[in-house]
Amino acid sequence: MRFLSYLISGISLGSVYAIIALGYTMVYGIAKMLNFAHGDVIMVGGFSAFTIISMLGYPPALGVLAAIVICTALGVIIEKVAYRPLRNASSSLAVLITAIGVSYLLQNLALLIFGSSTKSFESVVNIPPLKLADGQVNITGETIVTILACIVVMVMLTLFINRTKAGQAMLAVSEDKGAAQLMGINVNGTIALTFAIGSALAAVAGVLLCSAYPTLSPTTGAMPGIKAFVAAVFGGIGSIPGALIGGLLLGVIETLGKAYISSQLSDVIVFGILIVVLVVKPTGILGRKIQEKV
Amino acid sequence: MKKMKKVLSASLIAAMMLTLLSGCGGDKAASDTWKFGGIGPATGDYAAYGIGVRNGIELAVKEINEAGGINGVQIDYKFEDDQTDNEKSVNGYNALKDWGMNVLIGSTTSGCSIAVSDVSSQDHMFQLTPSASAIDAVKTDNAFQVCFTDPSQGSGSAQYIGDHALGTKIAIIHDSSDVYSTGIYENFIAEAANQSFEIVADEAFTADSKTDFNVQLKKAKEAGADLVFLPIYYTEAALILTQAAAMDYSPIFFGVDGMDGILTNVSGFDTTLAEGVILLTPFAANATDERTVNFVTAYEAAYGITPNQFAADAYDAVYILKQLIEESGATPQDGISGICDKLSAQIVKTSFTGLTGDEMTWSASGEVNKYPKAMEIVDGDYQLFE
Amino acid sequence: MKKIKLSRQSRSDLITYGIILLLSLVLFFVGQSSYQLKGLLVPVCAQIILAVSLNLTVGILGELSLGHAGFMCIGTFVGASFSIYMEQFIHIPALRFFLALLVGALSAGIMGFLIGLPVLRLKGDYLAIVTLAFGEIIKNLINMVYLGYDGNGLHFSMNDTASLGLAEDGVVIIKGPQGVTGTPADSNFGIGVLLVLLTVFIVLNLVHSRDGRAIMAIRDNEIAAESVGIHITKYKLMAFTISAALAGLAGSFYAHNYNNIKASTNNFGYNMSIMILVFVVLGGIGSIRGSVIAATVLYMLPEILRFMSQYRMLVYAIVLIVMMLFTWSPKAQAWKAVQLARCKKKLQPLTDKFRKKSSDELKKEGE
Repeated sequence: MRFLSYLISGISLGSVYAIIALGYTMVYGIAKMLNFAHGDVIMVGGFSAFTIISMLGYPPALGVLAAIVICTALGVIIEKVAYRPLRNASSSLAVLITAIGVSYLLQNLALLIFGSSTKSFESVVNIPPLKLADGQVNITGETIVTILACIVVMVMLTLFINRTKAGQAMLAVSEDKGAAQLMGINVNGTIALTFAIGSALAAVAGVLLCSAYPTLSPTTGAMPGIKAFVAAVFGGIGSIPGALIGGLLLGVIETLGKAYISSQLSDVIVFGILIVVLVVKPTGILGRKIQEKV
Repeated sequence: MKKMKKVLSASLIAAMMLTLLSGCGGDKAASDTWKFGGIGPATGDYAAYGIGVRNGIELAVKEINEAGGINGVQIDYKFEDDQTDNEKSVNGYNALKDWGMNVLIGSTTSGCSIAVSDVSSQDHMFQLTPSASAIDAVKTDNAFQVCFTDPSQGSGSAQYIGDHALGTKIAIIHDSSDVYSTGIYENFIAEAANQSFEIVADEAFTADSKTDFNVQLKKAKEAGADLVFLPIYYTEAALILTQAAAMDYSPIFFGVDGMDGILTNVSGFDTTLAEGVILLTPFAANATDERTVNFVTAYEAAYGITPNQFAADAYDAVYILKQLIEESGATPQDGISGICDKLSAQIVKTSFTGLTGDEMTWSASGEVNKYPKAMEIVDGDYQLFE
Repeated sequence: MKKIKLSRQSRSDLITYGIILLLSLVLFFVGQSSYQLKGLLVPVCAQIILAVSLNLTVGILGELSLGHAGFMCIGTFVGASFSIYMEQFIHIPALRFFLALLVGALSAGIMGFLIGLPVLRLKGDYLAIVTLAFGEIIKNLINMVYLGYDGNGLHFSMNDTASLGLAEDGVVIIKGPQGVTGTPADSNFGIGVLLVLLTVFIVLNLVHSRDGRAIMAIRDNEIAAESVGIHITKYKLMAFTISAALAGLAGSFYAHNYNNIKASTNNFGYNMSIMILVFVVLGGIGSIRGSVIAATVLYMLPEILRFMSQYRMLVYAIVLIVMMLFTWSPKAQAWKAVQLARCKKKLQPLTDKFRKKSSDELKKEGE
């Protein structure tokens, strides 16, 4: 019973990582870039929702909607201004560094606008916790919603990519940008769409992250962003089900590590297991092995 | 040719930097005003603490200047950001020296203060840190502190819990990546050996995972802890209280001065969750004595937020300096070293009453002698805990 | 008069050394103008060494590492602890400092070797994430270390100060999150410049050696390199280990400038690793002097921007993005090429002379 209750804590933490990782992996899969600013887009989503709900007093649904709209617009703007000019740069690292610049920019903007004091985020979820076995196992409403959201997002993303024209275009772009362009696919438009979707997901993730762990500051997104990045790699970066599995596993490992080994060492354990997994299976759990040709 | 271009651009950059930098030279001559320098994190994870210090200094300086300065001499102040990084803290100190600082109020955090005190002691610059609580921060002759030291809080808390029999089974959750938290934690553990209670759960978290406390709380709950000691700051404490409530766990939560701010500084936090929390704190933003009320009103009017204990410590630091200067008759013309001599000779003789303590005195080693008061949160307000 | 023969390569190297010397001269004089700039001289040397050493991994070996700060961290803590402990035995500061630098570099190098052995077979972003993970593990573990000494020698613990069991006269060297306190201030700018030159010398010599060509062959095409019989693992490990050791050297040097150093996310965590990567990429991947200049400029920028108080990090972020776009975007590069061509036309007479000279030299070499 005790193990079960830790496991559920782990799953609820993991579901938050997973939903962030879905956005990460999506952008990586198509644009082939590590978007270090993703965590900060999450923070922007959190702050947008916070402003609408707690400061202006509108209903939560509106807050979530506003966060999605703002983050989507932000994602598209960032892509256009900061990433697109570097897409054909001679090194893929250039755009990575710009993403870091964007991350600093967003953090410091948030600090200037919202100040340094911590905000306590009012949960947008109003579902009462599910209590099992005389209250020994407690599943919060946020966990239920996050897991459901993860599954819905995963299914929708998979359907979108496999069933729609735009999704197929994304697949084509991810395989070979040049060839896709020759086939008449609007590469710029497709990548912009990817960023729009990725950022919308970041907004949802931000709201859910802040609901599950009700705190908000300009650096809120940084660590979850890195952990989600780890989760995405863990599951095999670029793979949508991989992000979900990676996120959940990461959360469970972190929680069980805290519970049974040492609460100080939880991050060491997480990163240690990551290394072991990658050394054994170099492309992550569900990653595709790409045969290199000369 | 390509190389030539590179050489050209390199020398261009060098020239550019030279012109940029040449404008930065400071005036090092003894000035005729007081120049108080402050250092602390104004950006990054701990920005709330540094900005509190900055605002506290600014407010006190403004008040003193409006009232005619110290012995008729006006105060200038300047604050430098260190992002809680020792190296940047030292850089900030050097920048302040260029500006002509004659007394240092800083650094805000313990590690930075230790690093800066090494440099400031070489300059023999008087250093009064508002909030660095580690003993090592005041090891040098020129450094003194305003806030409680880690030992006074750590062993003080353990004695208090033991004396008042607040709990028999104690759980601790501390931030093992934070100097302040670890300092108190170590002293608490050491003193706990002499007390009648038993430590049943000893948990930690780090700066990288400071949002999810479910496991730590579950372990405390399972061990049957009836009191949870939280030697941490209010930001994480607010999360812990929220998560404990969600799992129907309601022991006594016992905090230290870092916990102050939980009622007022976490906007949107449901303060009913903090009901029954006991904390040792010198400062309460909602206290009703005249001094605190005036300070809080002025602070809220100026910055739109409620002051935290960092702001109160820094505000006190400025007034301590004012008192020391008035008593010792130091003037800005004494030069950095002369001021330091006079002020450090005076501070061990003086007694100061301010926002964060009554009749505070200092030992020659730099530590402040003031004793924490235990407050209980009742109906969303602090009450002296008897 | 006998002409000194110089190959293109050694001329390029000489220019690099020249830039470093010129830069240090400029820095030295600029440093006299204010305490603030003077205080930056030592850390800027450490940053340059870090950038150059990371360039070895990223630019020459062609692998992305996000854990460079971890190696620096090891060098810092080992070097500082060594100095503090040895203060009672070695009374010549110069010798002690030299040994501390050596020990710092060695320990980081050994760590680099041990880490590189299993992980260097990973590629691209996977390698990046594993190095990031190692960096974080190192930082987290260092935060748990307690180390002290007394009459009976060194004491070590992973719990707290009390469990060190020190005698009355014991000294705590590393105190968990408070880091290492009491490092003697042995570093100065002169030594820093020497170490920068040493680092650049090591890296350039490696690049020009047979081993260096093997390493670059791996970068350009691993499979092709393997098929001509280059021992991939050996050369990858060689580059990675040297890079780690140099980072350790920088760390140990850096440590001896501050009385207290703690390992936080910003100075030894992934943020710092990323910052070093920023230097390398902005300076030009594979370009040693680019790293030197970029590290200097970018490290000093936030300090120079201090007068902007709360806006400085915002401005810094914007400058970083703009600089990246300007140096790396193909459009900006095309624009620069056009400008350069215009410049070239104006300088035509000069270059002709230069070219004639070098062709003469080549001819002579041929003879």
